[in-house]
Amino acid sequence: MTPLAGYLLVAALIFAIGLAGALTRRNAILVLIGIELMLNAANLNLIAFWRYGPHPEVLTGMMFAIFSIAVAAAEAAVGLGLVIQIHRKAHTTDLDAMNRMKG
Amino acid sequence: MNFVFYGIAVLTVAGALAAVLLKNTVHCALALTVAFAGLALLFLELDAQFAGFAQILVYIGAVAILVVFAILLTRGSETPKDGVYSKYPLVGLAIAAGVFAVLGWAVLGSQRVLPNETAVPAVTVLQIGNALMGRYVLPLEIVALLLTAALIGAVIVAMHEKEGSK
Repeated sequence: MTPLAGYLLVAALIFAIGLAGALTRRNAILVLIGIELMLNAANLNLIAFWRYGPHPEVLTGMMFAIFSIAVAAAEAAVGLGLVIQIHRKAHTTDLDAMNRMKG
Repeated sequence: MNFVFYGIAVLTVAGALAAVLLKNTVHCALALTVAFAGLALLFLELDAQFAGFAQILVYIGAVAILVVFAILLTRGSETPKDGVYSKYPLVGLAIAAGVFAVLGWAVLGSQRVLPNETAVPAVTVLQIGNALMGRYVLPLEIVALLLTAALIGAVIVAMHEKEGSK
């Protein structure tokens, strides 16, 4: 197994764990945690391909990963703000209990 | 492939597993921090120092703290009576296992065509700064605008409404 394949397998495993968490947990915050894990797995792929790909000095994969980290931070802030607001209105963070779009 | 990589990989995967499996939500957030730290170590192992330290600053320093604050504000640390998993957890598990099977099959079945297995890329922070201010200045500005809009939006969404406005 090449080093790149090792990193890609770890990233695939973390992505699958995050996907399983996002699909099976009830709590909205835990679903957001799963989404964060999936984004991080994608970042690991980008960095691994940057490191082992041709022309790492052009910094393409590294830049992609840095911008992806910034966008994920924005996503986390908005998502958690939404969860707090939903909890204030519906008094629950259970996703199975949120079955109305009208507050 | 050395023992350092295997150690960090096991730590990261264990943290990720604990983050989605534990019952107490606060414990999940702490396990998530372990997973983020392991990923930062993997970035450092891949000679991406800047991305590794950005990962530590942004994820461990900001996102994990945000998650803990959200858990405490929503009293999410109390384990609900009817379990922590949704109605059909097996479907989600099957989808995740299928995704992992396809990804692993693609990774293990691929040819090694990437040439840069041994050479270590010498990238300094100066080069990263020059690239950010030169070739990638437009994405940088767009990300800055997105972050500003997202943070203002998050504050407005989570802001307390006045009692009379309902």
